[in-house]
Amino acid sequence: MDAITTYLSESPVLLALVKSVLLAVVLLIYVAYVILADRKIWAAVQLRRGPNVVGPWGLLQSFADFIKFALKEPVIPDTANKGIFLFAPFIAATLSIATWAVVPVADGWVVGDINVGILYIFAISSLGVYGIIMGGWASNSKYPFLSALRSAAQMVSYEVSIGFVIITVLLCAGSLNLSDIVRAQDTPYGMLGWYWLRLLPMFVIFFVSALAETNRPPFDLVEAESELVAGFMIEYSATPYVLFMLAEYVAITTMCALLTILFFGGWLPPVNMAPFTWVPGVIWFVLKASFFFFFFAMVKAFVPRYRYDQLMRLGWKVFLPISLVMVMIVAAVLQFGPVLAAN
Amino acid sequence: MPAVFFYIFATIMIASACVVIMARNPVHSVLFLILAFCNGAGLFLLSGAEFLALILIVVYVGAVAVLFLFVVMMLDVDFAELKQGFAEYLPLGVGVGLVVFAELGMVALGWQTSPLAASAAASPIPDNMSNTAALGQILYTKYAVFFEASAMVLLTAMIGAIVLTLHHRPNVKRQSIEEQNSRNAKNVVEIKKVPFRTGV
Repeated sequence: MDAITTYLSESPVLLALVKSVLLAVVLLIYVAYVILADRKIWAAVQLRRGPNVVGPWGLLQSFADFIKFALKEPVIPDTANKGIFLFAPFIAATLSIATWAVVPVADGWVVGDINVGILYIFAISSLGVYGIIMGGWASNSKYPFLSALRSAAQMVSYEVSIGFVIITVLLCAGSLNLSDIVRAQDTPYGMLGWYWLRLLPMFVIFFVSALAETNRPPFDLVEAESELVAGFMIEYSATPYVLFMLAEYVAITTMCALLTILFFGGWLPPVNMAPFTWVPGVIWFVLKASFFFFFFAMVKAFVPRYRYDQLMRLGWKVFLPISLVMVMIVAAVLQFGPVLAAN
Repeated sequence: MPAVFFYIFATIMIASACVVIMARNPVHSVLFLILAFCNGAGLFLLSGAEFLALILIVVYVGAVAVLFLFVVMMLDVDFAELKQGFAEYLPLGVGVGLVVFAELGMVALGWQTSPLAASAAASPIPDNMSNTAALGQILYTKYAVFFEASAMVLLTAMIGAIVLTLHHRPNVKRQSIEEQNSRNAKNVVEIKKVPFRTGV
């Protein structure tokens, strides 16, 4: 064991590779259970049982689904642009998993502890729209194309307010490094010192924008089955479809992790006292991320879908002005607050 | 190691830039443009400018290219029509190309480094300061006027774009959110006694 650790510490590339593979495996297993939890919660709200046949309480359902999809024959439409059609799901899945490279799951537990971590996540998630656009366009069919256009417009709109929310957090934390943002929330007040309370309006805006950014209900106009059959992935089947599905759910877990880091103190315990501080940070992180996922699932279960013009109005006419004003207020308070307090 | 990555990024970037102008399908050329931008970001990363690299991706790839993609996909490009005037415009095109090439050559040959540039390059970022903080500090102090002037230019462009595209068409059904929210059962629902065989 010692020999392995010394060998790894001498070759940083190999070490990063081992860390990345470990992270990816854990992440994919977590996503499998997140999909199951999504279906179970949805079922519970509608007084159904949900998947309960494969394994005890249906715990192996996601794996069974995966095997089924992987063994099916991928159907490629005759008129599709084959190269881009097959490339799109890979882009989507790769980019969404790549985001996790900078997410600190506990103090020091991060693959790439880079200075501009939050900007990296923002950049990579803004690339995520290409998977959808390419898939929708290459299918060479009307409904996928329409839904790809919808999705692109929606993601571009909500990215703006997400950007402003991130700026307010950065102003408070004074760093773009995700670990530093979490450390900045480490106050004696425990969970009251985290940014969700100090930046409450931004926390709400970020949560709603995260729903829109990941195309979750009530903003799932991309996959509005009453209008667009099944959205940009109508023509996809088997493994390419699984990759799109995976990309979607990994993006959702990324947003949950981002909510945890920016507003819920990452790996920090909710109360700075003995029984809470004994629990390792990674467990707090997973608990908090799962807590946010529960809300994603609940919203899916009981909020009706928005109309497209209402969606755009909410993004541009409500969230954008509020977040813009909040950026100014937060900056002013940080600059002049201590001066006012001193007088 | 950095040299290897530099050559990988640079080669892919130049190759994809060539494909951008040579590809038949405009959507392919946009996708290769994105690839070129991503490799440009990689080059920035190699020279230690991580903030610029990610801003390049956010601004160019994320926003500009999405809009570009919209335009390209909405345009119904007819290739036969595009090629029609090829011979007709060839002499003019070659002439303009030669002039631009000659001008570029003159600029490249007459290149002189300003003596001030050396002193600017000699002040590296202090060790205790991150790339982003250093950039912010110089933008908001030394170059504050230029920075805000460019912001004003962008604002003007934005207002101009809105003015150009905003048409107030009459007779369009729109939902007024205020009106919608101020409705309630008392002033919307009316219960009427309907006489038999006469209607309301």
